[in-house]
Amino acid sequence: MQVTMTVNGEQVTRDVEPRVLLVHFIRDHLGLTGTHWGCDTSNCGVCVVWMDGEPVKSCTVLAAMAGGRSVRTVEDLERDGVLDPVQQGFMEEHGLQCGFCTPGMMLTARWLLDHNPDPTEAEIRDAICGQICRCTGYENIVRAVRWAAHHPATEEVTA
Amino acid sequence: MTTVDANPIGFGRMKRKEDARFLRGKGNYVDDVQLPGMLHGAVLRSPLAHARIAKIDTSAAEAHPKVKAVITGATLETLGLAWIPALSHDRLAVLATDKVRFQGQEVAFVVAEDRYSARDALELIDVEYEPLTPLVDARRALDPGAPVIRDDIEGKTDNHIFDWEAGDKAATDAVFAKADVVVTQDILYPRVHPAPMETCGQVADMDKVTGKLTIWCTTQAPHAHRTLYALVAGLPEHKIRVISPDIGGGFGNKVGIYPGYVLTVVGSIVTGRPVKWMEDRSENLMSTSFARDYHMRGEICATRDGKITGLRVRVLADHGAFNNTAQPTRFPAGFFHIFTGSYDLEAAHCEVTGVYTNKAPGGVAYACSFRVTEAAYLVERIVDCLADELGMDPAELRLKNLLRPEQFPYTCKTGWVYDSGDYPRALRLAMDIAGYDQLRAEQKAKRERGELMGIGLSFFTETVGAGPRKYMDILGLGMADGAEVRVHPTGKAVVRLSVQTQGQGHETTFAQIVAEQLGIPPEDIDVVHGDTDNTPFGLGTYGSRSTPVSGAAVAVAANRVRDKARVIAAAMLEANPDDLEWEKGKWYVRGSADKAKTIQEIALAAHGNLVLPEGVEGHLDGECVYDPPNLTYPFGAYICVVDVDPGTGQVKVRRFIAVDDCGPRINPMIVEGQVHGGLADGVGMALMEVMAFDEDGNHLGGSFMDYLLPTSVECPSWELGETVTPSPHHPLGVKGVGESATVGSPAAVVNAILDAIGVRHADMPLTPAQVWRAMQGSPFRTDLAIT
Repeated sequence: MQVTMTVNGEQVTRDVEPRVLLVHFIRDHLGLTGTHWGCDTSNCGVCVVWMDGEPVKSCTVLAAMAGGRSVRTVEDLERDGVLDPVQQGFMEEHGLQCGFCTPGMMLTARWLLDHNPDPTEAEIRDAICGQICRCTGYENIVRAVRWAAHHPATEEVTA
Repeated sequence: MTTVDANPIGFGRMKRKEDARFLRGKGNYVDDVQLPGMLHGAVLRSPLAHARIAKIDTSAAEAHPKVKAVITGATLETLGLAWIPALSHDRLAVLATDKVRFQGQEVAFVVAEDRYSARDALELIDVEYEPLTPLVDARRALDPGAPVIRDDIEGKTDNHIFDWEAGDKAATDAVFAKADVVVTQDILYPRVHPAPMETCGQVADMDKVTGKLTIWCTTQAPHAHRTLYALVAGLPEHKIRVISPDIGGGFGNKVGIYPGYVLTVVGSIVTGRPVKWMEDRSENLMSTSFARDYHMRGEICATRDGKITGLRVRVLADHGAFNNTAQPTRFPAGFFHIFTGSYDLEAAHCEVTGVYTNKAPGGVAYACSFRVTEAAYLVERIVDCLADELGMDPAELRLKNLLRPEQFPYTCKTGWVYDSGDYPRALRLAMDIAGYDQLRAEQKAKRERGELMGIGLSFFTETVGAGPRKYMDILGLGMADGAEVRVHPTGKAVVRLSVQTQGQGHETTFAQIVAEQLGIPPEDIDVVHGDTDNTPFGLGTYGSRSTPVSGAAVAVAANRVRDKARVIAAAMLEANPDDLEWEKGKWYVRGSADKAKTIQEIALAAHGNLVLPEGVEGHLDGECVYDPPNLTYPFGAYICVVDVDPGTGQVKVRRFIAVDDCGPRINPMIVEGQVHGGLADGVGMALMEVMAFDEDGNHLGGSFMDYLLPTSVECPSWELGETVTPSPHHPLGVKGVGESATVGSPAAVVNAILDAIGVRHADMPLTPAQVWRAMQGSPFRTDLAIT
């Protein structure tokens, strides 16, 4: 079947089997490998992307279900060569180690800050509790999100 | 808050060099590798724990239009690859030929044009099984009449693998015989799984024209893999290139060679095209290296006033269906015999018996430092049992028995030589940070109100950095690691490593080591690793060995560069090398600070037309193969505070204080991150992680819906402290830290919970149901679901 959707602001159309998962569509059909695949059961959250502005676990969304919708992946966080404050925060606060859960964590963090610009620690922990990180013990992810909250996007940030 | 220092040239907090690609989604993990014409593999796995294979019919799968090859054990037998050497004096089935021996064992391999078609074809393979009685309970493994799992081994009539002991049995028995107090406790460290977020996988590409096999593999030990492929498959080693790209966490899960890896190689040879295989989560949990599964009977003895005099333990070790534990050859129980921990006692003895069961092979993984986790948990649990028996505060009991600073270097009763330590200082610091006395007062007040609050302590001694090659090897390969440091003409540098990061930040840490030794800024130093064609030989990253072994190799190699730079600088300055002094980044003439040459100036001269002294070659580089003289012994004091809901048994970890001493910290930010991750592991194992089995050998933790991992809401905000006791034998004094917190933290959490509910012992994981049952006096057996 033919699927058309907007991914990171660009319209894409591909022929896919109806059963193809969005995570595989993004990775294998579009070559956007920043979105990862970790569990198949919606538990780990390394596959989180945005669909129509909401974080979803792309291992439990069919590509067909994303037809006509807008998808945002980690590759879209950096804009015009400027890192999103969330990306900068993860670097400043050592919010990542192996990097495998990081794209999903950052996309959830961006969504949180868009809806709650100055979240408490508890609110941050609640926002990311559907995603697993095996490296950081979450401490520095929480700090990274707080860093981003305190450094709005208007500030010039570099990597 | 900013955690980083301003651009240190050497040790200090600095942002990680590797982050730039990960933050942009530009990491390159194995599953990101795409090659022209690449095919996809999938593994058919056994649904049964123990069964004879009567027949395999692959005809329907072979007829699938997108299938390129179907490989069975029979195919592999023709290649001599149906079995490969296991990591511990055993062999491992790549694809089952005679029997399946655990649920999830590899039975057939399909290579197809895409991921989905390969999976479809698995459904078309018809395997006829004749079910056999499974052996699930390790405690029944040596019973007469128990089903014999390894009848493939000629003459094998039981499930016994090995007996091993350490310490002095007679002396220990004598100490116990005269002791005032003896406490005995059965303690299970259940089977758990490292569960890195990235599962295991590989891409293999055999170029038939050049004969070169290129492998992209999720491996923590690329060189060891290459050599083993050469030894096992007879492939010429110089024609094998193993690339370990970005690795999405390892924790010991990615050390060994799995059947799937061998199968991608065979698949590429058979089809002439590159083949990718990535296991899914259930395959990862059910078939790859698990951890622990130690059934321990511990006994501790002491004087009435709390002086510990002896410790002995009898262990039944469940190794699964094949003995594929990854540890130095001479140590079938890993480093478990450091089970005397951090205490000064008169005698100790341990006996370990390994057995086969119908479960997946493995046992040494999950940041365990070759089973120091089991050892630390045993001693820290049983010391609390002793405190309970004596009616002593667990902190007081520990302070009374900890090794004293003046006892180092300390030879423990099972032969380990602890290099350095100041244990009471670390414990007192942890108690200060925690506010220990106030916590006990709070606990007392809460108990009077019927509220359950617990405080748990753990003091651990690690033994890492394996190891001296005279007595440590894996499959005959000595555990020394190479490093090369090369300074380019313009003063930038490259360092090449044998070890492989899985998130530990090697690209930053190792650049900082070179920076510290040579004064070249870390951003000017490229770290090359994870590619056997471009790095020196070494055994890889596990057992917290990267900094203790490879870090030393890099330091020595960099110092050789510095020594050579001194001779060249002397020629440039027309001075005697003996008259030069080093200040980070330059050699200068003693007493004449203005007569100096920077490392960058020296590098250019080394590659230029300067007339070099007799016997000195041009260029500026150094190498080292580091053979550690001893292991290193990081240690730490942990305190956990929990609240337990008396109505439900639900545990809330309220605080966790961790004081770690790993010697000097190269990048404190990275060290703290390593500790944070290990503390979460401890909370996970103590509260929720377990791989249990039912009576048919069905794996009851085969997905993340059943194998639970801690999330951000189960973990508290960690409170860290540090003391610094350098290792006297490491060139940088550093000890390693990667697994310290995983080793030390589970006992603190368990001790806290049992302290809260007033129960001497209950086995992990302390789920609400288990806590509730423990409060009623009948805790579950957590490794089995047999009713």
